This record gives sequence, structure tokens and C-alpha cells, in this order.
Amino acid sequence: MTELNMLEAINESLHAEMARDERVVVLGEDVGRNGGVFRATEGLYEKFGERRVYDSPLSEGVIAGATVGLAIAGLVPVAEMQFLGFAYQAMHQIAGQVARLRYRTQGRFDPAITIRAPFGGGVRTPELHSDSLEGQLANIAGLKVVAPATAADAKGLLASAIRDPDPVMFLEPLRGYRGIRDEVPEGEHLVPLGSARTARPGDDLVIIAWSHQVEMACRVSDRLAGEGLSIRVLDLRSLVPLDVAAIAEAVDACGRVVVSEEAVQTGGFGGEIVATVVEESFWSLEAPVVRVSGYDVPYPVGMLEDRYIPDEDRIAAAVRRVLEVA
Amino acid sequence: MTRPSDGQRRQMLVDMVSARTQSQRMWNLQRQGQIGTVAPIDGHEATIVAAAHALDPAHDWVVPQYREPLALRRYGPEVLEQFLLYNIGHPAGGHIPAPIRVLPNQISLATQLPHAVGLAWGMTLQDDPGVVLAFFGDGSSSQGDFYEAGNLAGVLKAPVIFLCVNNQWAISTPVHLQTAAESFAAKAAAFGIPGVKVDGNDVDAVYEAVHGARERARSGLGATLIEAALYRLGAHTTADDPTRYVPAEDLAAARRNDPIAILRSRLEAEGLWDAATQSEVESAALTAVDAAHERARTMPLAPDALLDHCVSEDSPRLARQRLALLAEVEGTR
Ligand SMILES: Cc1ncc(C[n+]2csc(CCOP(=O)(O)OP(=O)(O)O)c2C)c(N)n1
Ligand SMILES: [Mg+2]
Repeated sequence: MTELNMLEAINESLHAEMARDERVVVLGEDVGRNGGVFRATEGLYEKFGERRVYDSPLSEGVIAGATVGLAIAGLVPVAEMQFLGFAYQAMHQIAGQVARLRYRTQGRFDPAITIRAPFGGGVRTPELHSDSLEGQLANIAGLKVVAPATAADAKGLLASAIRDPDPVMFLEPLRGYRGIRDEVPEGEHLVPLGSARTARPGDDLVIIAWSHQVEMACRVSDRLAGEGLSIRVLDLRSLVPLDVAAIAEAVDACGRVVVSEEAVQTGGFGGEIVATVVEESFWSLEAPVVRVSGYDVPYPVGMLEDRYIPDEDRIAAAVRRVLEVA
Repeated sequence: MTRPSDGQRRQMLVDMVSARTQSQRMWNLQRQGQIGTVAPIDGHEATIVAAAHALDPAHDWVVPQYREPLALRRYGPEVLEQFLLYNIGHPAGGHIPAPIRVLPNQISLATQLPHAVGLAWGMTLQDDPGVVLAFFGDGSSSQGDFYEAGNLAGVLKAPVIFLCVNNQWAISTPVHLQTAAESFAAKAAAFGIPGVKVDGNDVDAVYEAVHGARERARSGLGATLIEAALYRLGAHTTADDPTRYVPAEDLAAARRNDPIAILRSRLEAEGLWDAATQSEVESAALTAVDAAHERARTMPLAPDALLDHCVSEDSPRLARQRLALLAEVEGTR
């Protein structure tokens, strides 16, 4: 074990996967000589050379679109969107093509494609750098959507994503890059896609979250533990595939549920979780399920983002509301 | 050929010196943690200022990318004031007041180009005699939006000027990784419009090119693509470390072609500029940027500003969210 931040863990995973499988190629804006604007791809260009680490022209559309051809050619592309909000420029490829390659060729080609992108707020970025698009992505059949909350998971899930024969959107929390540090297993470390993690044990209520909201939920759990409350935190780790069994198990054990996400409320992935809870564990519920989310506005400018992102107070208030139901 | 008058050239230097002075002040303010990310203007002044001076602010629209606002003094002091608000992350920074014909900064690269074509098209539909000038970078030229906008402008003969600010870099990516074309101007051939490449450090050359493109657009002949070649003398932004990738010798050579130094020495030789003028302009520029910062810093912010201006009227859900937000702000949730 070594303590790493998420960025270091991601970088380590990229190095390991490129060393393990020479079909892995990295492409994106500024990923080569500059090592990525956040340094996630630091050192890859020097180690693996310009044939495998490609500084692309400034076009998310062509980055995503080219992964389709690279995959058909038998390579394993790992593309970077410099920020997830710029995946909009690539949506006709990601949603319309990358996600459908296997289906429309009826299994002839493996779209073993990984598209990494930082997202999420809290670091005062300009417009479109912080938007949480995971709900939109989860609504694209054929894509897997992975969103780690810890450095160890970032390493292990990224390795699994790269090895996965399906296209994976790998979402990295901007605030976690340097803000989240934990013990990361050395050497090969694989975390399977589609298995949730209990980030805090507990049986009074479960907060279901992913990505940076897991960190917020854990802080709430720790805070309320001081009041004798036992708040479980379930980290989904991947939204697609979704660990339905783990959700049901947690809800059955706790009976009360808060879902917390950073995205716009309407149409957000939190709604999918609530639907799953109701379908799987309706009879275990002791109170209505409450969603905590952003508001129904675009991700805001810097001065407003602290109001936008669900913080510990907002999540804790939701927890109390659900616990108060007799 | 239309050259700028002496008076115009002098005013251009005022604008260029002001822009750089203010950009450097903003750089320092960012370093002190007082304001947000800054994309320095150093090296871009001649192109942006000369283009603005070839336009008529009463009629012609400017559609910026994000590096331009400090050099758009010609469009009014509000551009600077709003830019500071925008920079510190105040929502009002997005609202450049009417009737100023400048759109807000565009972060999502090249998306501004289809907007510019639509705007120019819409103006012709309403017999508005103005033209639209859209700035974009060498990097942005790789986006589909650029090709799609250029194509539509060509087909429509829209009164739009695409001004490619080729500063040789898109963050760390040099132009030879961006395109294999001999120039960005050459891409005009694909749109059936004229393409011209000019020295972006020379105000006369940029002014002439924009002036000519504007005449052409106004006479119904349609769009022009102009490439202004210059060199980004600073970092990409305050978040960037260019020493990792900019060759020191290239930067040193570019500094010998500093557009402000070039114009200043010409004007000094012609007796139109001197050291006293320089320091007057610099101190007025500092006063203006500091005042704009102070105004921004003290601009009120409604407790529920977060939810304003998203849609024309709150939906029932948004109305509920507004109540919840206000309760949260008041600590009474
Ligand atoms: C669609 C999109 N992709 C990526 C980015 C991130 N980004 C910000 S500036 C930049 C480089 C822009 O280069 P260029 O267009 O040449 O403008 P310059 O910064 O050189 O003025 C990149 C990649 C973005 N803002 N928008
Ligand atoms: Mg550039």
C-alpha cells in the first residue's frame, strides 16, 4: 500500500496498463508532452512514445470518433476529454457511435474504448468545466459509466475499464484529483465494474452516492455518529452497470434512504436510484426516499457554486428529515 | 488599401498598452488569490485592437473567444467592467449591457462561430447593415463547428469575418499538430470564401484586412477568413506552466517582435508617442482595472441569484427549489 491522491492513482494505472498491453493507446488534448492539463498522463509520452501517446488536434468529436476506428483496428484506445463538459462536442460520436458499435455490427467489433474525463465542481472553473453529465451518459445504452470516489478505486476501476470489452466513460472528480488521498494497493489492482462498496457501515439510514458526493456523505456519517446515529454510505462506484443487489441489500438493512448527487435534479441519475429502491425494496422502506442534488439550473459561475453543490449541511438536513419520519 | 489614420494608430496604441497593463494587473491579482483564472493577452494586442478599430461599434458585432475583452476598449468601458465581474465568478458578468454589440466570452471552443454566422444571417434578414467579427484560436479551428460555420457562411454569403488568432499554441499543442494545411487562411478554400493571412503584430496589416473584409461583407459579397499570425508571449492561463513546452529560443525570438514595442517605436519616430504618454496611459489603465475590480467585488448578489435567468418563469419544481435555497441561505431549513 502507498498513499496516493486520485491523480497519482490514475496516472499509475495508465502507466501499468500501457506497460501490460501494447495495444493500449492514449489520445487527447495536451495529454502528451504536457502530461495533461492536470498531469494525469504525466510521463506516458516519455515512456511509451508518440506513437502510443497522441497529442490530438483540439476536437473532442474527432477524439471520440477516432476511438471507434482504433478499436475496429484492434487497438485499445484510452481517450481523454479535457473536461466532461466538452464531451458535448463529441456527443454525436459517443452516444451515436461509440456506444452502438457492438450493437450495430451485431458483435463483430469489441468497442474496448475508455473515455476519461474530469468533472464535478468545487474548484472555481470557468463555464462547462464542472458539469455533472453522468445521468445523460447513463441514458445511452451500450456505454458503461464509472465514477470512483477513492484513489484506490480510481486505480482499480480504471484498469478494469481499460480491460473491459465495452466502452466505458470514466469520470474523475476534479476536487478529488488532489483533494482525495488514500491507501492504494501496489502492483496489479482490479476493481470489478458494477460492484458497489460500503464506504461507511451503518443501519439507521443509507446515503447512496458516487464520485465526490461519497466523500461528503462519509463526512456526514462521521459527524452524525457523534450523535449516536448509524449512517451507512453506499458508494456505487459504477452507475452502469449498477449494483442493484447491493442497493437492495443496503435498503433492506437500513429502511431509510437518502440519495445524493451533484447534478441537476430533474432527469438526474438519482431518480434512477430512487426508482430502483422502490422496485427492489419497497416493503423495507420506513420513510419516503429523499434526493439531494444540484438545482435545475446549469452548473453556475464560481461565486455561486458553493450554494449549488450539495454540502454536508444539506445532506445532513436531508438525513434528519428522513429519520424524523415516524 | 485603407490605412488607419495617425489618430487611429495612436488610439490603437493606447488600447494596446491599456490591455497589456490591465492583463498584467489581473495576473497579479490572480496570484494574490483575489480573482479567478486569467488568460494573459500579451502578444495578441495588435490583432484584437486593430480589428476592433476597423469595425463600427454602433453597427458591427464582436463575437469573442475568451482572450479578447481587455483589448475591446473601443466597444466601451462596460466591456472591462463586465469582464472583471465575469472573472470573479459573479453571474452578472455574463450580461454585457445593450446596446453594446459584444457577446460574452465563449469557453466552449468554436461554438461561437455558428452563433456568429446565425447572427450575421439574422442581420441581413432584417436589413441591419452591420457585420459580425468572430475571434477564434488556431486550436479552435480543429473543431467541427469551425468547418460547419464556415461552410454555412459561404453558402449564405453571410456578412461575417472569421478572425483566426494564430498564436502558435493551443495550451501545449503547437500549430503543426493542429493542422497540416499550409496556413489556417488556406482553409477558406473549402468554404468558397477568401482567406488572407496577415502579420498579427502589425496593426496596419490587421486593420486593412478587417476593413477590406468588412467592405466586402457590407456590399453583399459575403464572408472572409483572416488569419492573424502572432505569438502567445505569456502562459496559456494562470493555471499553465509554459516552460514545460514552449522552446525558450522561440519565445525569445517572438519577444523581439512584440507588437506593442513595434507600434510604439513607429509612433515615437513620428512624434506621436513619448514616455510621458506611455506612463499616463499605463496609470489610467491601472486605475480603470482597479475600479472595475472594486466594482465587481462589491457588486451585490441576491441570495437566490443561483436560480435566476435560467428560464423565463420558475416551473413548480424550480419554485420549490427556490424556497429550499432561501431557507438554506437563512439557515432555517
Ligand atoms: C470545446 C473545448 N475543448 C477544450 C477546451 C479546453 N481548452 C481551453 S483553451 C484551450 C486551447 C485553445 O487554443 P486556441 O483556440 O488556439 O486559443 P488560445 O488559447 O491560444 O488563445 C483548450 C484546449 C475548451 N475550452 N473547449
Ligand atoms: Mg492558440
